[in-house]
Amino acid sequence: MQNVSVSVKDLSLSFGAVTVLDTLNLDIKDGEFLVLLGSSGCGKSTLLNCIAGLLDVSDGQIFIKNKNVTWEEPKDRGIGMVFQSYALYPQMSVEKNLSFGLQVAKVPKEEIDKRVRRASEILQIQPLLKRKPSELSGGQRQRVAIGRALVRDVDVFLFDEPLSNLDAKLRSELRVEIKRLHQSLKNTMIYVTHDQIEALTLADRIAVMKSGVIQQLADPMTIYNAPENLFVAGFIGSPSMNFFRGELQLRDQRAYVHANGVDFDVSAYPSRAPFVHGQKVVLGLRPEHVRVDEAASGAQASHRAVVDIEEPMGADNLLWLKLAGQSMSVRIAGQRRYAPGTAVTLSFDMAVASIFDATSENRL
Amino acid sequence: MSDIVAFNSVADEALPQAQTDRVVAGPRGRKPRRALSGRNIMIYGTLIIVALYYLLPLYVMVMTSLKGMPEIRLGNIFAPPLEITFEPWVKAWSSACTGLNCDGLSRGFWNSVRITIPSTIVSIAIASVNGYALANWRFKGAELFFTILIVGAFIPYQVMIYPIVIVLREMGIYGTLTGLIMVHTIFGMPILTLLFRNYFAGLPEELFKAARVDGAGFWTIYFKIMLPMSLPIFVVAMILQVTGIWNDFLFGVVFTRPEYYPMTVQLNNIVNSVQGVKEYNVNMAATILTGAVPLFVYFVSGRLFVRGIAAGAVKG
Ligand SMILES: Nc1ncnc2c1ncn2[C@@H]1O[C@H](COP(=O)(O)OP(=O)(O)O)[C@@H](O)[C@H]1O
Ligand SMILES: [Mg+2]
Repeated sequence: MQNVSVSVKDLSLSFGAVTVLDTLNLDIKDGEFLVLLGSSGCGKSTLLNCIAGLLDVSDGQIFIKNKNVTWEEPKDRGIGMVFQSYALYPQMSVEKNLSFGLQVAKVPKEEIDKRVRRASEILQIQPLLKRKPSELSGGQRQRVAIGRALVRDVDVFLFDEPLSNLDAKLRSELRVEIKRLHQSLKNTMIYVTHDQIEALTLADRIAVMKSGVIQQLADPMTIYNAPENLFVAGFIGSPSMNFFRGELQLRDQRAYVHANGVDFDVSAYPSRAPFVHGQKVVLGLRPEHVRVDEAASGAQASHRAVVDIEEPMGADNLLWLKLAGQSMSVRIAGQRRYAPGTAVTLSFDMAVASIFDATSENRL
Repeated sequence: MSDIVAFNSVADEALPQAQTDRVVAGPRGRKPRRALSGRNIMIYGTLIIVALYYLLPLYVMVMTSLKGMPEIRLGNIFAPPLEITFEPWVKAWSSACTGLNCDGLSRGFWNSVRITIPSTIVSIAIASVNGYALANWRFKGAELFFTILIVGAFIPYQVMIYPIVIVLREMGIYGTLTGLIMVHTIFGMPILTLLFRNYFAGLPEELFKAARVDGAGFWTIYFKIMLPMSLPIFVVAMILQVTGIWNDFLFGVVFTRPEYYPMTVQLNNIVNSVQGVKEYNVNMAATILTGAVPLFVYFVSGRLFVRGIAAGAVKG
């Protein structure tokens, strides 16, 4: 691959008897914004700490800018890191926090001043330079923490859940700022989060992790529209994808998923391999891919259901319905309201559905 | 909040007169508590009794030390002095006799200072680095090292006295202040290391990681990052060591020669000296003088002590 910035080869790591990462491979392109996404405890931070050099790997290699840094100290890897708890040195002023790393590296005074000034301009923290971290708000603290990575002129930025300690409003503000920062600096950034919105909005590519294994590595739209397996499909999207367990049936030149006595016509599904009659499958339908009370286009069959609960959310309206003996969610435009108990007809766009093998849980 | 207020005022207007009265007359604001409830009597009663129990001996000591011998012979130990005299204090400090010499407690005081200050500084310096290394740099064998240290804390002192005497003799420092300082430093190590390790382990790990990414090494992180955040635990360690070493009697007797005896040993020799009449006032004054240093340390830094104990000792 050309212009690889960070490359993780056959990385394994265990804490005593517990293996957290097992022969993990990952290549990150130069200037790429890669998000490691997964639920808590899946090994995201562990992987990031290995790349940073804060954890000794049990096996495998790590390359940064084509240099083998597996045994290098964190400071020699050309990385800067931003932590969830900000990790600002409490007894130092903002200015000292920014310049600490440069002072340790014995950078000349004028150069330090220049870089601190530049970083504080980019992050708009000049008025805060003389303050102590305890006198800053959460958002300002995280800005300073980003500045600390910025002054060191590093090749790779590592973020470990940098926005998780902030309230919702600040989080979305700083998210935009991080994206802007990436667009102007064009550094490689590796960003750990458990928040799928952050992942989808920021990433060039997302690596979805589960129990230390990367489940899918792709751009956000591919992850969202064509999840590689059942885990990724269920993890991404809120409310999550509706799943129907059933059996494939081929008759009259058409393909159906037969689930709980209901036939879903999946002939329009772009399957990678020909369907096999009788195969046990899981059909996945995103809430926004269900049409309510609209004429089915072409030969699409429609289904009848009754509205159970309505959750108006402003722009959208979320309906919970009963279909094929189970509850499913449907997202419609906010102004379309349905009282509970209303009977509706549903039709599905199978071209954007997902079908997984029930045993391997992989996409068909 | 403002919504609720607005709602209430609207409701008030709409309600018939009788109902508004009832709303207004109902409980409102802070719930009253009776000052003399059974619970309060129990709590304050117990506290007062315990406080008296501890303060009474101190009271008797202070009163006795301010009396002359004729007044003491009257026998009422609780009565305040009719005639206040500081003579016993002066005598206790500068001319009370032990078996060997008659220059009072002052010699012991300066010996104790020369023992306590170096022992406290050296033991805290070493233990804080130990604790820092154990908490933050999980080096190979760290667990084993820590376990050995903790087990060491549970071996009774008496078992180790004779072997240590031999070790000190072989090193040629038996009977010297250096030897005693070394013994105090070593015996303070387990508990102090545990104290510092727990404190440093309780500091955010990401701070340590950030410093490493910034390129700081072992000593830079210790001095520039950890030390400035650790004042409370250093005060705790200082208090533990100063009071512990100052109050030590056993090591002082065993490991030094009479001219280096610490204040506690000197006090014992004055109080137990068999010549002449028992000078209770001098003995009391001497005892208070000996206890003054730990008392002073507690009063000056007690608040930090509580904070440091809370921060360092609770978290595993
Ligand atoms: N120092 C450690 N010792 C033992 N187990 C650890 C240690 N650090 C992390 N783990 C375990 O490794 C797993 C992955 O942790 P981590 O990488 O922090 O997850 P996350 O994806 O939430 O960042 C977790 O199950 C955690 O319990
Ligand atoms: Mg984590």
